[in-house]
Amino acid sequence: MIGIVMLTKALSIKDLRKTYGALVAVDGISFDVGHNEIVGLLGPNGAGKTTAINMVLGVLEPDTGTILIEGTDIAKRRSWVIERTNFAAVYAPLPGNLTVYQNLRIFGLLYGVADLPGRIEAVLREFDLGKFRGVKCGVLSSGEQTRVGLAKALLNNPRLLLLDEPTASLDPATSRDIRTKIREFTAQGSGGVLWTSHNMYEVEEVCDRVLFLSRGRILLEGDPKTLPGEHGKESLEELFISVAREGLEAG
Amino acid sequence: MKRVRFNRIAAIVLRHFYLIRGSFSRLFPLFAWVAVDMVLWGFITRYLNVVTSSGLNFVPIFLGAVLLWDFFTRVMHGVTTAFFEDVWARNFLNIFATPLSIGEYLSGLVLSSIATSLVGLIVMLVLATAVFGLSFAGYGIMLVPFLLVLFLFGIALGIFASAIVLRLGPASEWFIWPIPALVSPFAGVFYPISTLPLWMQYFSRLLPPSYVFEGMRTVISGAAVSGSNLFWGGCLAVLYILFACWCFTRVYRHAVRTGLIARYSAETVS
Repeated sequence: MIGIVMLTKALSIKDLRKTYGALVAVDGISFDVGHNEIVGLLGPNGAGKTTAINMVLGVLEPDTGTILIEGTDIAKRRSWVIERTNFAAVYAPLPGNLTVYQNLRIFGLLYGVADLPGRIEAVLREFDLGKFRGVKCGVLSSGEQTRVGLAKALLNNPRLLLLDEPTASLDPATSRDIRTKIREFTAQGSGGVLWTSHNMYEVEEVCDRVLFLSRGRILLEGDPKTLPGEHGKESLEELFISVAREGLEAG
Repeated sequence: MKRVRFNRIAAIVLRHFYLIRGSFSRLFPLFAWVAVDMVLWGFITRYLNVVTSSGLNFVPIFLGAVLLWDFFTRVMHGVTTAFFEDVWARNFLNIFATPLSIGEYLSGLVLSSIATSLVGLIVMLVLATAVFGLSFAGYGIMLVPFLLVLFLFGIALGIFASAIVLRLGPASEWFIWPIPALVSPFAGVFYPISTLPLWMQYFSRLLPPSYVFEGMRTVISGAAVSGSNLFWGGCLAVLYILFACWCFTRVYRHAVRTGLIARYSAETVS
């Protein structure tokens, strides 16, 4: 069974396209995220990263293209597929009028998590949230809210984890802890991660592979450690700036 | 065939329970305004019984009508308020990015509404009977279909109203609160439908509550209620529920197609 699952990719996207009127937000992109793999989706603001993530989450319908999660088409078996997926995004905090525990319980029920009380305790421990379990999310600091969002994202041990700038509001020490936890998540289980970030140091440290997206298209793909050298740049940040500018000029 | 997962429906109900339990401003309106209505109309009916020489007992006519109408309003607002919690908390992206189906979501809203409207109903029944002597013996077994038809129509209107807010954005909730007041003149809550001009009577025949209130007055007058009329009212209410669910699903699909779910606070994506 595990062997069969491993044959498929955690995420497989083919010819995905989304337009808003005349604006082409995502222009026929194709890529995979393997099991135990962290893929960085990089690009300037408005490149189409969040649009792509929203389509994978099933909250935005693509114009064309297919999204397979664990080999299953999200358009055909959405609930089954999404039960094996989860996400955390800086722009989607959990309801601030519920406590940390209440939010985790509600989302645990929505995702059909087995042994929910035990799983809640595990993620509370993992993200050092035990002391906040009875605190309303709205009164937590932005960093603490981010940790709650990540705890929710890992609650169902997803096969595909989507992280949209998960460390944007965290201090450097907490960011490093989070990166370590996500690394452990991919190493211990068989989940794949799609990660967007504007922190190139972080991307280089955590991602196995990166995709450069600009104006809805994938311009470059490769190992974040070797990719800058392959394109005559000294760092990933330099490459990012160069690609972003070229992408804009080409547009 | 999609399988309904009761844990997901339970999650929506549990969310609403947590919110009400932890908030006086959510708990208070469940019973306060209906209690005020009972007290106000209780005294009005007492006064009318004294000053009129018609011999009519206004308590079952008016107080009973207000009780039934407030029950309908509570059911409708129960659905919309549970939906508004996701609007107010900007929770659409989180909630609709889960495996939750639209059927499960709406079922959760309806179950939340049953729980909250029952609180209001119990408070109204206690006040109306204990303080103002409203006797339900006069209604007899017909009280059950009366409540059922009003409940079904309240659910239908609540789901339809939620679809409107999902389509038009958070500010459109102000269209929703006065809906029961707009419907009430056509429903004949306090007067026979025959009192209305003919064009209003046509609208009345399309409203399930009008069959309930006509039936209620018939029962009080001692005549037999037309079962077929009440059955037709029930059928209309069921039809409206199906229509409201269809509308909500259509609006949701439009929101997913246009990206409105992910950017709901913007109200439009254009």
